[in-house]
Amino acid sequence: MTKKGRYGKYGGQYVSETLMSALIELESAYTNVSTDPQFASDLTALQAEYAGRETPLTFCPNASGKLGCKIYLKREDLVHGGSHKLNNTLGQALLAKRMGKKRLIAETGAGQHGVATAIVGAALGIPVEVYMGEVDMRRQALNVFRMELMGAKVIPVRCGTRTLKDAINEALRDWVANVRDTYYLIGSVVGPHPYPLMVRNFQSVIGREAREQVIRKERRLPDAVVACVGGGSNAIGIFYPFLSDDVELIGVEAGGKGINTGKHSATLCAGDAGVLHGTLSYLLQDEQGQVLPTHSISAGLDYPGVGPEHAMLKDNRRVTYAAVNDPEVLDAFRFLSRTEGIIPALESAHAVAYVMQNTERFDKDDIVIINLSGRGDKDVAEVAAMKVCA
Amino acid sequence: MGRIEEVLTGSKSPVFIGFTVAGDPDKTTCVRIARALIAGGTDILELGVPFSDPVADGPTIQKADERALGAKTTPATVFAIVREIRTESDVPIVLLTYYNIVYRRGIERFYREAHDAGVDGILIADMPVEESDEVCNIASRRDIAPIFLISQTTSDKRIKKIAAKARGYLYLVAVLGVTGVRDEVSGRAIDLLNRVRRHTSLPLAIGFGISTPEQAQIWARAGADGVIVGSAIVEIVERNLKDPDAMERELKEYVTDMKKALIRDHLP
Ligand SMILES: Cc1ncc(COP(=O)(O)O)c(C=O)c1O
Repeated sequence: MTKKGRYGKYGGQYVSETLMSALIELESAYTNVSTDPQFASDLTALQAEYAGRETPLTFCPNASGKLGCKIYLKREDLVHGGSHKLNNTLGQALLAKRMGKKRLIAETGAGQHGVATAIVGAALGIPVEVYMGEVDMRRQALNVFRMELMGAKVIPVRCGTRTLKDAINEALRDWVANVRDTYYLIGSVVGPHPYPLMVRNFQSVIGREAREQVIRKERRLPDAVVACVGGGSNAIGIFYPFLSDDVELIGVEAGGKGINTGKHSATLCAGDAGVLHGTLSYLLQDEQGQVLPTHSISAGLDYPGVGPEHAMLKDNRRVTYAAVNDPEVLDAFRFLSRTEGIIPALESAHAVAYVMQNTERFDKDDIVIINLSGRGDKDVAEVAAMKVCA
Repeated sequence: MGRIEEVLTGSKSPVFIGFTVAGDPDKTTCVRIARALIAGGTDILELGVPFSDPVADGPTIQKADERALGAKTTPATVFAIVREIRTESDVPIVLLTYYNIVYRRGIERFYREAHDAGVDGILIADMPVEESDEVCNIASRRDIAPIFLISQTTSDKRIKKIAAKARGYLYLVAVLGVTGVRDEVSGRAIDLLNRVRRHTSLPLAIGFGISTPEQAQIWARAGADGVIVGSAIVEIVERNLKDPDAMERELKEYVTDMKKALIRDHLP
C-alpha cells in the first residue's frame, strides 16, 4: 500500500459524508487492536477452539493423477460454517465488540458471509441483520434457514438486480441511518478503506498456514496457488503471504455464460477502472459509468466489483487473472466430488475448473495449491435442480 | 460573483432549492418539470444525474433514477437539459451526481461540458473532502462551485476542512440516513446548523426529509439560508406520470406554497 488506503491508484474512501466519521472511528479502532497482543490472542483462541483452525492442506492423489501435477487443497471448507468467511467475521465481530457496537449488519450473496456473521453474532451475543437479494434468497434457501436458525434476521432486497451488489447498497443505506451504534461487517476485501486492508489481514491466516504446511510437507514452495475471485477475500487471503515469493498466483473469476455474451462476473478480465461501494477498483460498467448486471452460476461471485488490491496486482502483473464458464464449473464440481469425495462450493469449483482447463501449464512434479474456499452442501439442491450433474 | 452567490446574497429570506432527477421520466417532461419549479419561484435548481447504484438515496429517488435511466438518460442528456433551461432562465443550476459518472467521463471533460452547458455547482454525493483535491482544482478552473455535504456526524475539525474547500453553499444533511420525506425535524439537526455556523460564513442550506411549509419555517426560524426539497418534488412527479399538465400545475403550486412559507416577514 502506497498512500493511506491506496493500492497504487486504487482504493480510497468514496462514501457519503455521514459515513466518514464511522470510517475514521473504525480505522483508529482497527489500528489499536492490530498491535494489541490481547486482541491477537483472543482471536487466535477463537480460531483454534471455535472455528477449527488450522485447516488441513490436503494432498489429493486421485486428482493429481488425473490432472498431471501435485494437487493440494487448502481446506477452508472445513472452517466452522463451511467457508473461509468466518476468518473475517470473527476478527471484525471482536473488533465491533471492542468498539461497543450494539448491532451487526452484513450483506450476503451466497449466504456464506451471512451465515458466518450469524455465527459470530450468536457466539458473541450481538444481534445480526443480513441483507440478501431476493434472487439469492431463492438460490441459497438453505443458508437463509441457517441464518435464521442462529437468530439472525434476513432482510430481502428487492431493488436493482436483487443480488449481492444491491444487498451492499441496502446495507450501506442502513448503516448511514444507524451509524452511531451499528457496525457494518462487510464480507470481502471491497468497500472503502479500511475494509480492504482489514479483511485481507484477517483472511491472510489462510496463506500463512498454507505456506508453512507446504514447506513442511514438500520442503519447498509451491509452483502455483489458485483461488476463485468474487470480491477477492479468499484469494487475497491465500495470495498475500506468497506475494514476495517466486510462486505463480492465479485468480479465477466467474466467466458465467462466456465473457463475450456479457453474462458474467469477470470484473478483472473484462472491466475497467471505476468507483462503486466506496472504492476505486475494476468495475463492470457501461460507457456512461452505469454498473452492469452480472451473472454467475455461483451467487458468491455474482458481483460487478472487486477488491482494489486485486486491481493493483492485475496492473502490475504479480497475479494472473482468468475466467472459467458455468459448464466448466459444474464439471469441476462433479470431478472433485467423485475423485476425492470432497464437494466444493460452486465458487471454489471455479479454481478447480481453472486447473482442469489448463493442465498443459503444469508438469508432473509441479505443486499446485487450490484454495478450497468453501464446501458445496449449500449448492447441492440448486445443482440437483439443474439436472446436469447426474 | 457567480449566479449562486448572487441569489443567496440578494435574498432577504431563505431561498428555496428544488431538486429533481434529470431525465425523469424523460428528457422533454423533465424540462417541463424544471420550468414549473422555476415558475413557482425556485431560487436554485438541483438536478440529479441518474446512477444505477444511488446509495445515498431512498426509494423515491431510486425509482426516479430508474425511470431516467430507462429513458436512456446520459450525462450528455443532462447537459442538453441544462442548455435548454438556460435559454429561458438564469436560475443557478447545481448537479448532484455520484463519482463514477464523473470519473468515467473524465473529470476534465465532465466539468468542461457542465460549464459550457451553464452549470453553476456540482455536488458529488460519494466524494468526501479528503478525496476531492483533483476535482476541486478542475472545478475551480471551470468556475464551478464544489458543493459539499455536512452531516450530524461531521466533526468540527472536518467542518473547517470542508468549509475551506466549498464554494456556493454548504449542504447540511438534516437526518441520519438516505433521502426521503420525513415527518419530523430533529433537534440534533438544529444543533448542527448552529455548530456549522460557528465555523463559516458560507450560506447554509439544509436538506433531506423536508417536505412541508411548516418544516421549512422551522429551518427558516433556525437561521438556514436555504431549504432543499427533493423527494417531495419527485413524489409529485411520480404521482402524475400519466398527466404532465397536472404534474406541472401541482409542482408550481407546491413551490409557490413553500416559497410563501419562507418569506421572513411571514414567519410566525
Ligand atoms: C465459498 C466461497 N468462496 C468464495 C466466495 C467469494 O468471495 P471472495 O472472493 O471474497 O472470497 C464466496 C462468497 O460468498 C464463498 O461463499
